[in-house]
Amino acid sequence: MKKLSLSWLMIGLVSFIFLPWHMTEDGFLDAAWIVDGLPSTGLFQMLAGQWWHLPALLTFIIGIVLQLTIPNPVVRAKATLLSSSIGLLLIAVQGLIIVRAGPRLFEMLLTGETIIAGQPGMGLGAGLVALSLLFVITTSIAQSGKGQGDAFVIGAIGLIVSLVGIFVFYPVMHILIQAFQVEGGYALGEFFPKFFSADIWGLSCLVGNHTCGVAINSLFLAVMTGAGTTFLGLSFALIFTRTNFRAKKLLRILTVLPIITPPFVIGLALILLFGRAGTVTEFVAELLNIEPGRWVYGFWGVYFAQLLSFTPIAFLVLIGVVQGVSPSMEEASQTLDADRWQTFRYVSLPLMRPGLANAFLLGFIESLADFGNPLVLGSGYSVLSTEIFFAIVGSVADPAKAAILAIALLTLTLSAFMAQRLWLGKKSYATITGKADSGQNASLNPVLRTICYATALPWAALTLVVYSMIIFGSFVKLWGYNHSFTWDHYIRAFGIDFASGRFSGVAWDSYFTTLTISSIAAPLTALVGLATAYLLVRQKFVGKNAFEFSTMLSFAIPGTVIGVSYIMAFNFPPIELTGTSIILIIVFVFRNMPVGVRGGIAAMSQLDKSLDEASITLGANSFTTVKRVILPLMGPAILAALTYSFVRAITSVSAVIFLVSAKHNMATSFIVGRVENGEFGLAIAYSAVLIITMLAAILILQLLVGARKLRRTDRVQQTVSA
Amino acid sequence: MTNTTIGSVRFDNVVKKYGAVTALKKLDLSVEPGKLVTLLGPSGCGKTTTLRLIAGLEMATEGSIHIGGEDVTHLTATYRKVSMVFQSYALFPHMTVRENVAYGLTVKSVPKAEAAEKAENGLELVGLKGFGDRLPSELSGGQQQRVAVARAIVLEPEVLLLDEPLSNLDAKLRRHVREEIRQIQQRLGLTAVYVTHDQEEAMAVSDNIIVMRNAEIAQQGSPHDLYEKPNSEFIADFIGDANLAPCEISNYAKDEATIVLNDKKLKVPYAGTQTGAAKLVLRPHHLKLAEPSKQGFEGEITYAAYLGKEIQYTIDTEMGELFVVSSVVSNPFAIGNRVSVQWDNAHTRLVTS
Repeated sequence: MKKLSLSWLMIGLVSFIFLPWHMTEDGFLDAAWIVDGLPSTGLFQMLAGQWWHLPALLTFIIGIVLQLTIPNPVVRAKATLLSSSIGLLLIAVQGLIIVRAGPRLFEMLLTGETIIAGQPGMGLGAGLVALSLLFVITTSIAQSGKGQGDAFVIGAIGLIVSLVGIFVFYPVMHILIQAFQVEGGYALGEFFPKFFSADIWGLSCLVGNHTCGVAINSLFLAVMTGAGTTFLGLSFALIFTRTNFRAKKLLRILTVLPIITPPFVIGLALILLFGRAGTVTEFVAELLNIEPGRWVYGFWGVYFAQLLSFTPIAFLVLIGVVQGVSPSMEEASQTLDADRWQTFRYVSLPLMRPGLANAFLLGFIESLADFGNPLVLGSGYSVLSTEIFFAIVGSVADPAKAAILAIALLTLTLSAFMAQRLWLGKKSYATITGKADSGQNASLNPVLRTICYATALPWAALTLVVYSMIIFGSFVKLWGYNHSFTWDHYIRAFGIDFASGRFSGVAWDSYFTTLTISSIAAPLTALVGLATAYLLVRQKFVGKNAFEFSTMLSFAIPGTVIGVSYIMAFNFPPIELTGTSIILIIVFVFRNMPVGVRGGIAAMSQLDKSLDEASITLGANSFTTVKRVILPLMGPAILAALTYSFVRAITSVSAVIFLVSAKHNMATSFIVGRVENGEFGLAIAYSAVLIITMLAAILILQLLVGARKLRRTDRVQQTVSA
Repeated sequence: MTNTTIGSVRFDNVVKKYGAVTALKKLDLSVEPGKLVTLLGPSGCGKTTTLRLIAGLEMATEGSIHIGGEDVTHLTATYRKVSMVFQSYALFPHMTVRENVAYGLTVKSVPKAEAAEKAENGLELVGLKGFGDRLPSELSGGQQQRVAVARAIVLEPEVLLLDEPLSNLDAKLRRHVREEIRQIQQRLGLTAVYVTHDQEEAMAVSDNIIVMRNAEIAQQGSPHDLYEKPNSEFIADFIGDANLAPCEISNYAKDEATIVLNDKKLKVPYAGTQTGAAKLVLRPHHLKLAEPSKQGFEGEITYAAYLGKEIQYTIDTEMGELFVVSSVVSNPFAIGNRVSVQWDNAHTRLVTS
């Protein structure tokens, strides 16, 4: 332990002396500063007059002296903990206060030329110094408690808490601050009238022919979408589990589609079908001789697109719920002389109630967070997620308005998220027990079955039509006007000039950027997610509930809000990341982390805890246990987390659209740009290529997962059942 | 540290709380080196918690724990010289039997050749020589169990812990494996702490039994002492079957008491110094049945079960229902018969509550 603290202190000291403290012009990892010979390391900066770097140096010197002089380990650890915490705090405070521009705290106190000049964002040196101090702190905590705490576990907790703090809470906090900002300062009084204005919460659409506030619009859409997707999802789930419907495999495909579909693609296809020049529109117009309408560019269009996009998610949730109703309960009901309808009405449906509520809340949150469909279709119906976007990129950039709208949206999603946790978290109607249940689920009664078929099958057909439109639309010259076959869109996007060997297509840049960034983000997401899952499932520590809550929180923060908060927080020192590819990677990691956590928790719960305990009692520490026992048994979960985070990184648009730069453009924002220019063919061709790319990636990973799973579960099951 | 303390376990005032729930109340406990001690009790009595406290998988809320004379209260499992056989065996499914057995050695950086040799010796000790290259899933339940034992003992622990090691085996195999475990423990002179809820298993393997109830020790002693000299109603009922007849102790002398049982005066063995309400412990197989007579207590047979080597009767008497096991199977009583229940007072015990 003493060695561990000492080595982290040395690493920090070396970073302080030899690495550039601030971000260098050429980027985070560029080595040009060595050649330039600019004295930009922490030590040199300090000697050059930036006296506020002194605490960092002192912290390391004090820390090292403490390690070498105090023999009692607990006293040593406590002293180190104190000095390092103060050091880290001072480094953070100076970074936050001494900035180049903008309102500054303690303005009266801190004067002088060097301070007024400010400093650029923190760089490699500052990062490593902070990281090493963090680990010195966690190691000291491990040691200063009663006896031997686990440095590895506490280090991991400390790291994850810090990362979530910096990349989730810190940016969200910036939104809050921004919302209170008025010209030349901050004011509490201004916030409430702005927040509760009729533009946001107005209900005038109920009484007259006016429009409602954006928040009310969003809320109404979300409730409708939640209810609609739950109803459709239940129909699908019932057909899947309780009937002899033949094309069940086809229904299964439905569950994969939303995962690999970029969110605005459905909206695009709807325009092609029902837009002014849409196929259906023209057909109906000709048939009934009426003027083609613009209804698709409004509430109904967005609602329709969201139903199509999110029904599969409800299906995925509800299929587990419907299957979870124990057959023996239904059989018991039937032996008590209830008929099939009564059994469904009084036994099965009540048992599914928490699942239905869960599906509704998911649909609700997804609808609120949805950005792509309203952006493409919602010109006649404004909702929060897109209004936030327009407040930032519109002709009059108004960050304060964006912040207030973001808070409104955050309030709605967080309330739903809290409701789900508080209300559903406690109630458990789980009917899956350890006992083998060999009965058969009751089949549906005829009326119910007819209802299910009548709603679900046309819907499935429509989904198929929508997706074939995407393929078809990418091969026609100009949708609605000239339907002759062409490769033009693909050539424009992905053309290769074979003569010069250049990738001449306009999409290549963003395509490669997307693939690169997704490939980097995916393993990091899996790592952070699974590490968190390990801590949550296998370790006991103070504040575990708060820890779990904060890691799941980013799931409830809509992408638009994350995007806005990131540009507000990371556009200025001390952490200046906008315009880099790092910010894109970070946003993916922390947006998709909850899914990695959930998957990891599920997989880890299936591993008998006594395996870890056996390893520990045999003298292995936590790190060895993770490396030699848990990781080898977690193969499938790791690959699933990898696949999911890779695919999500490719399809995500809402957060990304704020953070892309000319140098690092992503596929989705590129496509949205094309849609805004009316280049539907190109956009659709690109979307099709993305879908195929992701399908290929999923298939490859699935093959790997499948192969590993067979062998692994065989072994595990036999051991456990023996 | 002297040799006599190696392998001893001592708890001083150990308390374990989970939030508001108290899992162990002020526990004092000591295990002598080289002995096999069983923690016995109904589920939720704190026996597994006690075992996990010894292992270091749980940390004591108060009090101190010594293993081998050394204070280990604040050491985690990694740093304690104990090893454990788990109820589910917890064999690592992705490692071969040899890798499993050698695991504890390899994580301590014992040289590979030495670890392999020790693992092989361990496997030989449990009769699994030549099974090293198999996967755990390719072994039977009994074999897996023995791998788990081998894995625990190759580390030469000061204390071997066994958490209901037989509960996943079928009844016939259970007796065989428990004999093996006992033999290995005695041959190696290991200190062992064994957890079970099966009183017969506990009687069969233990030097000493610690019976636990409601997060504290109810009674401890040798199997013989617990059966013959229960100190409470609970122990009398838990260790073997017993009828508990309510009675009054009117007075007592040296080793004997006069009691009133349904208006009859009896003289029974008694070592206590209490008078008043008590229970008379009557073991079912100590009770004899005879045709109704003035002796004994009269009653009516309400239930009879023929089990081959014995017949079990339920008899409704004036002192309540009695459970009687009779080895006389040739000429059984029928349901509805009136009988006289008799016993030798020397075989009874008094328990006060």
